[in-house]
Amino acid sequence: MSIASNRLFTRQDIIGFAVLAAVVFIVLPLTLDSFRLNLFGKYLTYAFVAVGLVLCWGAGGILSLGQGVFFGLGGYCMAMFLKLEASTPENTAIQSTPGIPDFMDWNQLTALPWWWEPFNTLTFALLAVVAVPVMFAFIIGVAMFRRRVGGVYFAIITQAFAAILTILIIGQQGFTGGVNGITDLRTLQGWDIRTDAAKETLYYVNGVLLFSCLLIAQFVRKSKLGRLLIAMRDQEDRVRFSGYDVASFKIFIFCLGAAFAGIGGAMFTLQVGFMSPTLVGIVPSIEMVIFCAVGGRLSIIGAVYGALLVNWAKTSLSESFPELWLFGLGGLFIAVVMLFPNGLAGLYADHVAPRIDRLLSRKSADVGPADDTARAAAE
Amino acid sequence: MFADYSMSELGAIFAMQGFAGLILFSVFVLMALGLAIIFGQMGVINMAHGEFMILGAYMTYLTSTLFEAYLPGLFSIYFFIAMIVAFFASGLLGLFVEWSMIRHLYKRPLDTLLATWGLSLILQQVYRSVFGAREVGVSIPDWMMGSLPLTDLVEIPINGIFVMVLAVAISLAVYYLMFRSSWGLQVRAISQNRVMADAVGINTAWTDRLTFGIGCGVAGVAGSAFTMIGSTGPTAGQLYIVDTFLVVVFGGAGSLLGTIASAFSISQAQSIMEFFLSGSMAKVLTLLVVVGILMIRPQGLFSLKLRK
Amino acid sequence: MSDKKIPAKMAGPSRRAFMAGTAAMTASLFLPKGLRAADFPTAEVNTTGLAVTDDTVTIGILHSVTGTMAISETGSVQAEKLAIDQINAQGGILGRKIEYIQEDGASDWPTFAEKARKLLVNDKVASVMGCWTSASRKAVLPVFEQHNGFLYYPTFYEGLEQSPNVIYTGQEATQQIIAGLDWVSETKGAKTFYLLGSDYIWPRTSNKIARKHIENFLEGSKVVGEEYYPLGHTQFNSVINKIRLRKPDVIYAIVVGGSNVAFYKQLKAAGIDPTGESPLVLTISVTEDEIRGIGGENIEGTYACMKYFQSLQNDNNLEFVKAFKEMWGEDIVIGDVTQAAYLGPWLWKAAVEKAGSFDINKVREAQIGVELDSAPEGYVKVHENHHLWSKTRVGRAQADGQYEVVFETAELVEPDPFPEGYQ
Repeated sequence: MSIASNRLFTRQDIIGFAVLAAVVFIVLPLTLDSFRLNLFGKYLTYAFVAVGLVLCWGAGGILSLGQGVFFGLGGYCMAMFLKLEASTPENTAIQSTPGIPDFMDWNQLTALPWWWEPFNTLTFALLAVVAVPVMFAFIIGVAMFRRRVGGVYFAIITQAFAAILTILIIGQQGFTGGVNGITDLRTLQGWDIRTDAAKETLYYVNGVLLFSCLLIAQFVRKSKLGRLLIAMRDQEDRVRFSGYDVASFKIFIFCLGAAFAGIGGAMFTLQVGFMSPTLVGIVPSIEMVIFCAVGGRLSIIGAVYGALLVNWAKTSLSESFPELWLFGLGGLFIAVVMLFPNGLAGLYADHVAPRIDRLLSRKSADVGPADDTARAAAE
Repeated sequence: MFADYSMSELGAIFAMQGFAGLILFSVFVLMALGLAIIFGQMGVINMAHGEFMILGAYMTYLTSTLFEAYLPGLFSIYFFIAMIVAFFASGLLGLFVEWSMIRHLYKRPLDTLLATWGLSLILQQVYRSVFGAREVGVSIPDWMMGSLPLTDLVEIPINGIFVMVLAVAISLAVYYLMFRSSWGLQVRAISQNRVMADAVGINTAWTDRLTFGIGCGVAGVAGSAFTMIGSTGPTAGQLYIVDTFLVVVFGGAGSLLGTIASAFSISQAQSIMEFFLSGSMAKVLTLLVVVGILMIRPQGLFSLKLRK
Repeated sequence: MSDKKIPAKMAGPSRRAFMAGTAAMTASLFLPKGLRAADFPTAEVNTTGLAVTDDTVTIGILHSVTGTMAISETGSVQAEKLAIDQINAQGGILGRKIEYIQEDGASDWPTFAEKARKLLVNDKVASVMGCWTSASRKAVLPVFEQHNGFLYYPTFYEGLEQSPNVIYTGQEATQQIIAGLDWVSETKGAKTFYLLGSDYIWPRTSNKIARKHIENFLEGSKVVGEEYYPLGHTQFNSVINKIRLRKPDVIYAIVVGGSNVAFYKQLKAAGIDPTGESPLVLTISVTEDEIRGIGGENIEGTYACMKYFQSLQNDNNLEFVKAFKEMWGEDIVIGDVTQAAYLGPWLWKAAVEKAGSFDINKVREAQIGVELDSAPEGYVKVHENHHLWSKTRVGRAQADGQYEVVFETAELVEPDPFPEGYQ
């Protein structure tokens, strides 16, 4: 793990991105049937959160246990739009007030609440997917980081936010669908999102968005900001004394993580077809941290593999050994923390990368001098 | 709301509501003390705290079944023995966990959080495999389940009194241990300056282990007491975790007095709001107020000035 | 799936399929005509590519065996497996043994949707017994409707739903609630009610129906309080004080899960002993399963209103309880939902045999009007709105954890998922 290079992409990075692109866009679609591909699409939505966490936690040292909040907010914004589209007066003719979402009707609402109105337009909904989580993150970030709250306190306070939002969503079921969530989403601007073809398209859209986020993350990491973040993580006071506004950097990176999570949430809603408070709460929020930790908290590419691997293991283990699954997941948490603190990416950097490197440099030795950058990156 | 009631009725209700607030306070203190010791003194976040509590509850369940089967004559006092069993069971597990896991992670406090979360998942599944997925019913001696009529209108639940007495007793015991025993002196020395404490010959490793064990043991006793008022199932520990952490953080880490003060203010706020509002809204408002205050005063109500 | 082509290999029997068919035929020679697999060639009974072979049919079981809901759903899984075993022992369905694929919903709604899709798309199961919470059902519903699956849903629930792809074997809210309120009003003379519930859709909708019924149909009765607590809440002293203040005749409690245990223990400790019946405690959320966690001595005297109690004295039920205990152990208890889950495979069997086909569209059509004399709860019948006609009963909780049945409706109660006047 090194930040030795100033270049946006080292050779290692290029290999990493290329391999991941090949996996996401070629290997998975070719080897999986549409059901499994949709599942992997769902896993990839968690990767958005994990990438955000790499920036906040791995690079910035800010551990948020409330990423589910942002994932959920993004997802709910999308779900609100889709629900309104699905609740045409024709589809809801049996209700006492046709034209509003079914759960509102069950809760004796007779008109759409004012804050649902803007979600009739797709543009607003898409903006909200990013803006609402960012707004929340900004408020939390300003309050916390300006007062120099960090570390454990920050983790627990974000956790409390996850708890509060869950209770609020469940309690205000007339407006939010309650514990059931917002279900039975059908079309996006008339395009049926439930068909296999639509799911496949959404998978690719998801992949492209994920790579956009990865590129932004890579850019941030390689920029001056990224270096400052790491400096702050390791010696916050020294950075402060050097005249930098530590809080602003933290707020920015926290908001960026929230934006990624929001996009992931929206893609989740589109691919799975509903959104529910179980994705907002404490448990999913902590699970999202483990995706990041398994992949390697310092590696954005690793985070994607972490999300894929953990979820894939969860699905296949729970299909064959439901009882063992919790032992597996719990053991994974402990093992990653105790034995492989840098996760998959760490294993790769320690064991695989040097060999590839040696292989490559042996070849290139005939042509020219060994590539210093690659060696530095592998260290 | 109160127009239809006589003064004596209102007085009785307010007295009982005040008492309900005190019970909630005691519950919070019991939940949080174990965590406050571990978190406050060692900086370790034990996400498996709820599971240690439930271990205590299951030990109570086992003890009660044993007494029912072999010592029915002594059943009415089994609870005291169960609490001791619970303390040692949770405490020993705590010692083991510290030895096998936590001690390797002292330099990475955020990682203890993840590791102990993993531990909590494993413990849940262990409980499920051993005791079954269903909740177990812990039989409580009759004398502990009734209520004490103070006047015609005021009735005080005996288990509430029991929880309160226990909370006071454990707080005093912890206070004594922390501030009057040599172990407490060592713990405080370590939390203020580990290197220096090591240098003056304190066995920091053993003190840490003991601290963790005692914290977990207190959690076990709390869990044992909660069989009187709550449920005992594999996932019941999760119900307590958020409240517990908030109480500790709100109080300010490192300050036992802070923990008690914060338990008092949160419980009173919640209990008063529950009386005037709906239960769900009361909960959300309480959490929001707590988080709001934490935004303004992130270090908590009371905080020790520490040298980093 | 309905628009998919029939796989070609289903059309003509291969040599291997023929051999297997002969074997199955020898085995089924002793069966009465009409139940042998040979009388129902696979190509005829399965035209939509379901997982039906010459001697087996595969169905899915989709419940939570991990997570917080495992507590409740375990009983349903056990009941469904018992029913499947019994059906197989009788020769199966159309001469085919039932095999099942069990999936874990893990108390997580997206997982339920994922597993439902797996069962329907990958495994092509002929029907699914599953789900427990409303949220899990809502999550799988679009999947079942899209892939034309068929779900048997066992839990009493809030109503307001009628999917062509679901048979609701538990009661919907009006069936469960109204008879109980009428009973408590008539026989106990109750006038004032305090409604209490966990904060989610089922208690809220049920209390809404209860409130409408109390205010509009029970003369001189009124609701003096209505309150909700978050799921998992464990401190009820404040609400108990409020109840004291309002002095209702009836506490109508729809508290679920771990909160249940806390509520009844604290109620009793606060001096409101349900056996005193002042106020009387009436619930629709505590089955024998829940009493195990609460402790019989803490809830004795509480009345519950549902369609089935383990203590029902009829031959069907005695036999069912005996078989259930033989399979799952002596100390097991059976609650309302467990019994409803047990009905699922039997109702499906009856519909398949009536249709003479496993095809879901035919089964759906045949299912309406199916009667079951052998149900442990007594005679039930499938209404055209996909719910069951069933009797509603009131039981009084005993210290041993069982209910003593004190009332039962004379007639079957008609299911009415979209009740007029209760919206």
